[in-house]
Amino acid sequence: MIPVLASVLAQVGDVVPIATPEVEWSAILPLVILAAGAIVLLTLGSLVPSFDQPGVPAAATVAIALASIIAAVPVWQRVQDPDRGPISAVGGAIGIDGFTVFVTVLIALAVILGALLLDDYLRREDLDGVEWYVLVLLAGVGAVIMGSANDLIVVFLGLEALSIAVYVLVAMHRTRVESQEAGFKYFITGAFSSAFFLYGIALVYGATGSTNLVAIADRLATTLALDDALLLVGMGLLLVGFAFKISAVPFQAWTPDAYQGAPTPITAYMAGAVKVGAFAAIFRVFYLGLGQYAVDWQPIVYALAAVTMVVGSFLAVVQTDVKRMLAYSSIIHGGFILIGVQAATEAGVQASLFYLATYVFVVAGSFGVVTLVAGPGDAATSLEDFRGLSARRPVLALVFTLFLLAQAGVPLTSGFFAKFYVIAAAVSVSSYWLALVAMLASVVAAALYLRIIVAMYLADADDTADRPRIRIPVTAGIALAAAVVVTLGAGVLPGLLTEVVGDAVPVLVAQP
Amino acid sequence: MSDFLRSYLTVAIFGGLAVGMVAVMLGVGRFLRPDRPQDQKYLTYESGVDPVGTGWSQSQIRYYIFALLFVMFDIEAVFIFPWATRLEAYGLFGLVEMAIFVFILLLGLLYAWRKKVLRWV
Repeated sequence: MIPVLASVLAQVGDVVPIATPEVEWSAILPLVILAAGAIVLLTLGSLVPSFDQPGVPAAATVAIALASIIAAVPVWQRVQDPDRGPISAVGGAIGIDGFTVFVTVLIALAVILGALLLDDYLRREDLDGVEWYVLVLLAGVGAVIMGSANDLIVVFLGLEALSIAVYVLVAMHRTRVESQEAGFKYFITGAFSSAFFLYGIALVYGATGSTNLVAIADRLATTLALDDALLLVGMGLLLVGFAFKISAVPFQAWTPDAYQGAPTPITAYMAGAVKVGAFAAIFRVFYLGLGQYAVDWQPIVYALAAVTMVVGSFLAVVQTDVKRMLAYSSIIHGGFILIGVQAATEAGVQASLFYLATYVFVVAGSFGVVTLVAGPGDAATSLEDFRGLSARRPVLALVFTLFLLAQAGVPLTSGFFAKFYVIAAAVSVSSYWLALVAMLASVVAAALYLRIIVAMYLADADDTADRPRIRIPVTAGIALAAAVVVTLGAGVLPGLLTEVVGDAVPVLVAQP
Repeated sequence: MSDFLRSYLTVAIFGGLAVGMVAVMLGVGRFLRPDRPQDQKYLTYESGVDPVGTGWSQSQIRYYIFALLFVMFDIEAVFIFPWATRLEAYGLFGLVEMAIFVFILLLGLLYAWRKKVLRWV
């Protein structure tokens, strides 16, 4: 068949063939597995009625994500091999390096945690459909594309694939008005931020003559622009677009509403995956592509990080809804990860990656506990509902305490080293004030976490008498156990993770 | 100011002129026209018939799903037309790429069909 077509095409006459890009299929296999898996899942779900039974789509999603992780192993070995090293695939639009593979695995893990939490939630809420899992996978595809993009247009494609899937997921709970409202708010602000980002791409293209990060970096390194207003404005707009996605203050207004209104397992997933995707893209665009202009964007990121941590902490402390508190806490974490961006050094990148890796598990675990405690309709999320949790479900209260302590950055949890490394990265580039602000902000934020812990442990017995019993389903139990293991593991033996993170260096590789 | 930004000055002047002209015309009209407010003038105009009910009523939207499906095929066409004119230049690679693209969209149509979206309710 194909030779026949080829011979037909060859007979057309004197045609000048257009250069078609080299696709390194083996290098982008993890990404292809995630995307193809989502499509197969959707098709099977619509064709085979029995496929849409509880547990089956979740198991399929976990299998797809695991397959993607397994496929990432040979790619990791290949890019770490000194003889072969990082490569660029699909005509230079995608870069495959240790950083990319690390982000891919991290996203796949977030997908697994999200699917495990979703399974019982959908049954409890009497919702159905493989669409939830398909969208979770597609959002993951978007985040992976953002983390491997070597071209601003590809970054944007990933951003949109991620965002559109998440908008729908947030509004997916049909019977809860809050969910619809949250989806609408998230969509409006998200679309707005995409416009900023796109305008930024246009201006950077105008200033440098290319959207390819390799070409941009080359041009900025070789030519000295006398008038770089266009590039600076473009950089600023790109940063605004990203700041919306990572909910940095003052672009954080949508976060509490969207996180609170979204179905809780989706909050657990989006808090991790969206941040990983957006930060990975920030590193690729700013650290790699616009690294020559670090002197210009560092102060802005410095200010963003400081304002995010301070404002986020103070707004978080006055909240009375646990889901909303955790939403503000994710804003604060965004500020901390920005410290690593601000450093613009390899140590900064590694500190941020370490932070993101531990954060994915901590945030999935925290919102996982909230999913279980909230009960039908995600109703019981106020601080009152968590009073006396230690008497009702001692293990669940203990697990939640661990996650909250990790978020506060207490030693022996992963959060301690995450905060330690970003602050060390800030100190190493002499950003002493930022390091000081970070430490003060984490003290203020600790009050937030302690409030929840106090509510769980200090309560009268009659507070808990008439509360419905909290069910802990097996799948959610597995997700929480995995999160506990990683949180404690990275807190006691951080060396295992720092070793991997140390190899996950982002580099720019030109098209061969 | 660089030449590049200077050329945008034209756009700014043009925009300012447009806003100014509209403002002048509407402003002049406001001062010249007679002003006799009556309740009936504020009614919704429905071809001379008095309006019934409120403006905020629910209506059934049957077409939106078809509009979504249309967008799907519209995008398909947008990519297929330029591809078809230069198929021989893109060669086998282009053929396979377009086959994958159309196949994925067809799966979307399959999904819509199985979800009974194509039936007129």
